[in-house]
Formats: sequence, structure tokens, C-alpha cells
Amino acid sequence: MHDLRKSYGDREVLHGLDLAVETGEVFALLGPNGAGKTTTVEILEGYRRRDGGDVCVLGTDPEQADADFRARIGIVLQSSAVYPTLTVEEIVALFAGYYPAPRDPDEVLVLVGLEDKCRARVRTLSGGQLRRLDLALALVGDPELIFLDEPTTGFDPAARRQAWNTLRGMRELGKTILLTTHYMEEAETLADRVAILRNGRIVATGPPRALLAEHVAVEIRFRRDGEEVVIDTDEPTRVLHELTAEALAAGVELEALEVQRRSLEDVYLEVTREGA
Amino acid sequence: MKLFGRELLAQQRLFWRSREAAFFTFALPIVFLLLLGSVYGDDEIDGIRGSTFLLAGLLGYGVVATAFAGLAITLVVRRESGVLKRVRGTPLPTSVYLAAVIASTLVVVALEVVVQLLVGRYVIDADWPASPGALALALFLGSVTFASLGLAVTGLVRSAEGSSAVVNAIYLPLTFASGVFFSVDSLPGFLQAIATVSPLTYLLDLVRAEFIAGRDLADSGTEIAVLAGWGLAGLLVALRWFRWEPREA
Repeated sequence: MHDLRKSYGDREVLHGLDLAVETGEVFALLGPNGAGKTTTVEILEGYRRRDGGDVCVLGTDPEQADADFRARIGIVLQSSAVYPTLTVEEIVALFAGYYPAPRDPDEVLVLVGLEDKCRARVRTLSGGQLRRLDLALALVGDPELIFLDEPTTGFDPAARRQAWNTLRGMRELGKTILLTTHYMEEAETLADRVAILRNGRIVATGPPRALLAEHVAVEIRFRRDGEEVVIDTDEPTRVLHELTAEALAAGVELEALEVQRRSLEDVYLEVTREGA
Repeated sequence: MKLFGRELLAQQRLFWRSREAAFFTFALPIVFLLLLGSVYGDDEIDGIRGSTFLLAGLLGYGVVATAFAGLAITLVVRRESGVLKRVRGTPLPTSVYLAAVIASTLVVVALEVVVQLLVGRYVIDADWPASPGALALALFLGSVTFASLGLAVTGLVRSAEGSSAVVNAIYLPLTFASGVFFSVDSLPGFLQAIATVSPLTYLLDLVRAEFIAGRDLADSGTEIAVLAGWGLAGLLVALRWFRWEPREA
């Protein structure tokens, strides 16, 4: 997509985004609430019209989305939406019927870990189970490209880890995945590449490790005279050597010494704060 | 066609599983028929046996409750909960989906008519319809008209919570003003004024004409024209204002 623009009323929410996601890649769109993640994804899914720029998804302009296009994508929307009175297996089978070459519904339920719930009515599922059902519905058409809008928001840590395993499984099947999230850890563990979105602009993009490398990578903390000292550095070895040599010479202990690699979260906080 | 058939079955399953919808749209007209029929089925209304008058009126009421109110509320709830948006993201054509939802509604109306006729005949001692074929056509036309108005009204409702309020505020007064339960002639002036424009009045006229007098459909040009006009108007409004996505902030 190139120079993607979108306004709601006279408020421009996307100010010219450029983004390319490769086949087989897991790409995370990261950003705080209101940054434009959902708007971007919904334009790519064919739900919303753009006001400017070019978009090409699987060789198609999503504004011309037809049944063939929809058969090749899988969608997990930000909020779960399914018929509450059907059972899990009924709704998965119903959705499977919408696609020309669906996966086996039972297999999909195993994949998302809902096989024990297949006879349960949708309305009896917990929030996390509903999210997994959403994922099952996105996968049952055996899509090439999967959109996941905040797939694990509201999950407890165990459920999140389980969802991550499922997504890793997807990736091994060769699926292309575009996910949005505001959890750094999620982007860091899952994504091959990340784009950080702030106020409708992409402020950083690249593999998580490269993003870390571009920014100050290591943080050294210690206490001196009761005051906390924080040093950000790209050369931790040299800085640490100087600090410890100094301390040894003076015969003092560096109190509460900590050396920490900065996480993607720090980078994220840094770039989403700049100029905000 | 296969997609349509499967979706129609799914919609039927959804309808009968939703007890609220099944009660208010399917059972309530039958309950009314039993209650009112046993109270004044033996009276005479407009020169007709009460039970027959009521049965004909409640056939029309069933059409409105199911094809208009039930359909509109169901679609608003599905829209606001995001189900319609989710369905639109699949390869199932939206036209097939809507056609199946409407066809499913017509199936419910048809079943309801059959039950009402049986209850009418064997429980409250009403007559059989004078011309069943014409009656079926009249009810079909009425159902399509009210389904189209039901689609149109979804555009006016902003929230799932508001859907039954708005829909009931429209159709309950209409059922009184249009003469479901009693003759329009006995109504006060302002209700009679509503009656002259209400599509339900014309549907009831049509139904009673076929049911009681066995009039030829060809002699009911006015009623058919008014219903078709309302149906067309509903369709135009629906095409313009029907939405697939929730009205989120």
C-alpha cells in the first residue's frame, strides 16, 4: 500500500501510509489506541474506503473485493461477533460452508483448542474462548492471508501464550499474517517485522531486533549517594568497564547495579512519544 | 443456490432457537387468537362472525409481527453485535444472506398462517377461508411488503436496545389503528386518519376480502397498489440506509 489516506469528516486519521507485507510473513502493526491501526486493517480487508493512495492486497484492490478475494482472506475483528444460540461446531460448520475449499471444522477446533467445547452454545463461552472461536472462523476457509485485529486483548497471560502458539502454527503453514496489537511483547515474540503507528503515521518499521538496534540498546542503572543513575548506551562493555574501574579505584560498591537490554516496549514508548 | 439453501436452514435454526423471537413473532398472534376468540368469538363484528373477523385480522397481525417487527429487531441486533459485519467479511454474497434471512421469515409466516387457520377452525369455530389461493397470494404480498419496510426501519434504529422500542412504537399502534382487533369504523377520528395511510389497513382489507367474501384478487387493485407502493418505498429507503456495520463511536 502506498500513500494511504483516510479521513473521518474533516479529521484526517491516516496521513499517507506506506507499507509492504511479504507473503509468508508475520507483520505486526503496533500503536497506541487511536493511532489508526483498525482503520488501516479495515481498509485492507475491504470494509472501509480510503480517501487517497493505492492499496493492493493479494493482487486486488480491496475496494473491489469480491467473493474470490474474501475466500482468500481470514478476518478476526476487534470484537467477537457470532450467533449466540448456535453451538461452536454448528457455527464453524456454517462458516466453512461459505468458502470454496474450507479446512475440516474439527481440525480447526483442535488447532484453536476448542475441541472440548464443540457442543457448547456460543453464549456460554468465556471471553478468551470467544476469541479463539473468532480465530477458528477466520481459519476455517483456509485463507492465504489472515488479519488479526488485537487478537489477544483482554486475555490472561496463559491464554495469550496459548494464542501465540496457535499463531506460530499458522505461520508454519505458510500463512501471511497481519496483526495489530498494543502489546509490545506480542509483536516482539510473533512478528518478523513491525511497523509502529502513531497519529496516523508510520514512525518506525523493521524487524523487532533491527528496531532495537537502531535505538539505544542497553540501559545501565545503579545508585550513587542514594540517587538513581540511568545511562543509556550503545557500548555497554566500555561504559560498564569505566564505571566499575572507577568504583573499584574509589573502593565503593555500585549499589543496585542493573544492566538491561531495552525491550521493544522502550523503543515503542520512545517513538510514540516523540513530538506527541 | 446451494449456499442459499444452507443459509436458509441455518436461519431457521437461529429463529427457532431464539425463544424471544419465536414467542413474540410466532406464538403471540396465536395466543391472541385463542384469547380474543374465546372472549368475543361469538359476537358479531362488521356483520361477520367474531371469530372469523378476528382470525382474518390476526393473520395480518402475524405478518406484521414476523415479517416487519421480528425481522427488523433481529437485523438490528445482529448489526449492532457485529454479526452482519462478520458475515460480510466472508465469501457469502450479501444478497444471498439477506435473501435467506427474508425467505426464512416467509417460512415462519407460512407456518404461522397454517397454525392460525387450524386453531381458528377447530378451537374458536371460525370459518375456512373462502378463497385460499387468493388469500395465500395476499399474505405473500403483505409479507414481502412488510419485510421491505422492516429492512427500511433498521436504518432508523441506532442501537440494539432501542430496536424493540422503536419497532413496537411503530407497529403496535398500527395494529390498533388498522383494525386488527376491531372494525376501523368504531375508531376515533385521528386513528381513522392513520388507518387511511397504514399499509396494514390495506393488507387487512385484502385478507378479509379473500377470507370472508372470496373476492377476486383482480378486484382489489387499490389494496394491491398501496401495498406495492409501500413495499417499493421501503426498498428504496433500505437501499439507501441499510447498514452492515454497528454504529460505533
